Amino acid sequence: METMRTSVIVFPGSNCDRDVMHAISASTGTMTDLVWHEHRTLPRDTGLVILPGGFSYGDYLRCGAMAAKSPIIDAVIKHASSGLPVLGICNGFQVLTEIGLLPGALLANTSLDFICDFCHVRVEREDTPFTGHYRKGEVLRIPIAHYEGRFYLPEEQLRTLEEEGLVVFRYCSPEGVTGEDFTPNGSPNGIAGIINRKGNVLGMMPHPERATESLLGSLDGAPLWGSVNSWIRGRLGE
Amino acid sequence: MTFLAKILVFPREGVLDTQGKAVGKSLNRIGFGSVKEVKVGKYIQVLLEAVTEADAAAAAESMCGELLVNDLIEDHTVQVGPWKP
Amino acid sequence: MRPDHRAAGLSDAEYGEIVRALGREPEHAELMILGVMWSEHCSYKSTRRLLSTLPTNGEAVVQGPGENAGIVDIGEGWGIAFKVESHNHPSAVAPYQGAATGVGGIIRDVLAMGARPVALLDGLCLGEKSCPEADALADGIVKGIAGYGNAVGVPTIGGKTLYDRCYNGNPLVNAMCLGLVPIDGIVSSRTARPGQLAVLIGSRTGRDGIAGAAFASSGLADDTRSSRPQVQIGDPFVEKLLVECCLEIHSKGLIVAMQDMGAAGITSSSSEIAAKSGTGIRIDADLVPLREEMETWEIALSESQERMLLIAEEGALEEIGSIADRWQLDWAVIGKVTDDGLFVMTKGGREVVSLPAEMVGGGCPPVQWPSCKPSAEAEGQERPSDPLDPGGTERCLFTILENPNLAERSRIYRQYDYMVQTNTVVPPGNSVSIFRVRENRSLVAVTMEVDPWKCSLDPFAGAAETFLKALRPLWVSGANHLGMTNCLNFPSPEDPGNHWILERSVSGLAAVARDLACPVVSGNVSLYNENPSGKILPSPLVAVVGLQDCNNPPLRDRESIEAGSVFLVGDIKGTLGGSAFSRIITPGAEHKPGCYDPSKEKDFMKRALKTVRKEAASAGRAIAGGGLMTSLAKMCITADIGIGLDSTVLDTTPECLFGEWGPRAVYLVPERSTELFLSCWEGFPVRRIGEITPGGLTLEGHEMLPEETRAGKAGRKL
Repeated sequence: METMRTSVIVFPGSNCDRDVMHAISASTGTMTDLVWHEHRTLPRDTGLVILPGGFSYGDYLRCGAMAAKSPIIDAVIKHASSGLPVLGICNGFQVLTEIGLLPGALLANTSLDFICDFCHVRVEREDTPFTGHYRKGEVLRIPIAHYEGRFYLPEEQLRTLEEEGLVVFRYCSPEGVTGEDFTPNGSPNGIAGIINRKGNVLGMMPHPERATESLLGSLDGAPLWGSVNSWIRGRLGE
Repeated sequence: MTFLAKILVFPREGVLDTQGKAVGKSLNRIGFGSVKEVKVGKYIQVLLEAVTEADAAAAAESMCGELLVNDLIEDHTVQVGPWKP
Repeated sequence: MRPDHRAAGLSDAEYGEIVRALGREPEHAELMILGVMWSEHCSYKSTRRLLSTLPTNGEAVVQGPGENAGIVDIGEGWGIAFKVESHNHPSAVAPYQGAATGVGGIIRDVLAMGARPVALLDGLCLGEKSCPEADALADGIVKGIAGYGNAVGVPTIGGKTLYDRCYNGNPLVNAMCLGLVPIDGIVSSRTARPGQLAVLIGSRTGRDGIAGAAFASSGLADDTRSSRPQVQIGDPFVEKLLVECCLEIHSKGLIVAMQDMGAAGITSSSSEIAAKSGTGIRIDADLVPLREEMETWEIALSESQERMLLIAEEGALEEIGSIADRWQLDWAVIGKVTDDGLFVMTKGGREVVSLPAEMVGGGCPPVQWPSCKPSAEAEGQERPSDPLDPGGTERCLFTILENPNLAERSRIYRQYDYMVQTNTVVPPGNSVSIFRVRENRSLVAVTMEVDPWKCSLDPFAGAAETFLKALRPLWVSGANHLGMTNCLNFPSPEDPGNHWILERSVSGLAAVARDLACPVVSGNVSLYNENPSGKILPSPLVAVVGLQDCNNPPLRDRESIEAGSVFLVGDIKGTLGGSAFSRIITPGAEHKPGCYDPSKEKDFMKRALKTVRKEAASAGRAIAGGGLMTSLAKMCITADIGIGLDSTVLDTTPECLFGEWGPRAVYLVPERSTELFLSCWEGFPVRRIGEITPGGLTLEGHEMLPEETRAGKAGRKL
């Protein structure tokens, strides 16, 4: 049986690259390559591409702006247009918006504080490559750690985004209730993660790799790796 | 010849500028009651070689378009002149 | 013109010693260099003798003091390198940058051992919250630690924060880093050989922090604005690249010796390597990549951040260069190891500095300041305190829990990324911070303590108690201590009273280190923490690293438990001297300090460890600040349980309910484990003081934790 192979792109300043690799290996036992941003191609057989969290280029100028101009990005765009999954976590989400693979931008948290904490998010869609192992409406306990996580889109475009059902994760209470009180960073409509129309590029602020071991406090991120793995195996089996 | 491009980048109208808001509140609090609004942006200074000032300005504009500015959330102005050390 | 040695910071006697040893007058650049290298900050001249009294050997010690960081053995060929270092003076003048560069510096110290930095902790002694200037400093300091630590990708997993008026203009920022290193891959600074090259990697050199070390060796001038140009600017992005780059070069076996460039920059790092290796070193100032035009002595002493000095064989150069290029870091060969024992700097081919390497780093004669016990404290009879009535107890508890020193700290630690690297098992906000080491599947536990109030009451007993307050939570959690690091934060040692307190404090630390076999593996001294409006209380900070018993999960200080008993182990009464109760509830009252009883502590340690090994309890907490009631209240709030106390067992004196000092702990024990638990503690004072209830904390039927007291104390519960 063919298995998933993941490429984690390493930018100067990335710091969750190894964490992602460990999480994927721990929960799916599949192979991960760390791919330096100066490469122009992805390893052959790459199924999943991950832009990890961290402070690429020190987050100087704008989060993700300089990483978005890296040599490897053309290959990432090509990968996405072939319909294969691309996941941006935290800083990786910011890079995806800067590349233009996802709409919007991530602005400073309303509190103007960096926030590191466990929070809860509700799964809004189970029909994506990343969420097949979740149930719609399921509440995940999962950490965030960012200064710029408040999603922004002009109002009209935000409405379209919602109408098209492109929000995949939303901050909520432990019981699954959404609202400003349960949104740590001031993101509109509690948006924590969005997907592109084609359904294969996901950007999210929470860190699933930090919720993949019970020793570290939560296992709720693990099904995400399992979901992509199943999706890719299904596709390879076709 | 060498030109100096002064680029000002600031939050676009309609984008909540949390930092500007916080700075405005602080100014009010320490006695500057006259302050109505503050926007916090950034200043970028680029020294570049070009044949004419117009070329330099065009180059600076495309730097803004490609990297320095995200026009979804930011506005900018560019001012170019000959560089005097 | 005859150079002015006093302006360079040297005493007449020191200058005389230099002229005698050199057989000539030093040149200007040499004088500037010696002024900095012989400052308190670099030479430890006032404390060297004192520090030599600290026990440094132990079973687990792989590397004791004398290197960039100490190392303890955690099994299967792995070691933990750790050290704490102060950045007090820089943080007083530029809180964000001062704290940020403090974090950067300690990370490079650990990196210099060949270790990958895996955890950070911070000890912060801050001014009163009610003082706006102090509060602004505190905010900048926290933001600086967050800004640097988060970006560099090392989790900040714990620390200690306290507030007191004495820190209003004198904040203390003590940063600690822990790194993981294969014991056969430890890098030393003593292994350079003549002919090898000195390679500088990292940021370009500028005028940052020129003579910052000298700055840290005197009191703060009234107008701290004038001190500002000396403050260094940190770049966590470059630091992250530097860490990855140096570790990659090291993994290829290309590093002979390594030093970070902290205080006194190129001078201290290169002369130290030469002195420790028994070689000389010749640095060519023209080869140092610069950010701006600089004098040779400025290049020698610049404290520009994010730079490392590597000693390597010439044949390794090409590969080192290509790795550094890939990490987009500047690098340059700036000199050569020689065999003449001299630290030489050249400019334009001319020797500007030529001093014995040994003299630069270790030549400063020790200073013995006079020492005299400050006027004896009133030896009046301490009257036993009156018992508190239930209402009084409730009000005391409320007031203590409201105090910033006892309050919950999530407002601070939520700003730190404490989870990156995905190894944080017990995060900040607990009595112990614990991280996992994947490489040998072990759990490493860390605690940090500082208690200026107890130290000012009795420096010997207070320092000992500080150390024990760091040890006891480790034992209760089930961790064996391996070693400690410390930072001696004190005011000027030139005052005989201050000096006596410093000496007694070090004796207290030494006693515990010896009696409990917890050796000192690294440390730092920060003196002259004073300004015209006041000086700090004696503030020795201790951090202890322990290894969790791998067969049992750590015993937490909070655990939801449905039914069972609450046990108090240790004396029924604590002592009020220097306690939260005495400071907050009865300021001005003269309470005596506790005393240090090593055999009792050892006994407590054995039983606490056995309790975890036997899985005899479901939660445990060493009693510390705020005493028994505060410990119980925190357990109730964080675990969301209730406790009904048995007033026939407890007495209601402040000593019992709010006393501190000595080995005391509370345990939550499920019914089925009661006998097992009692067998662990047989022969030690142990009492069943209450039972778990659905909610509330009651004593004599009175609710001690009404809703308004609980409110906002649980931290953010998402």
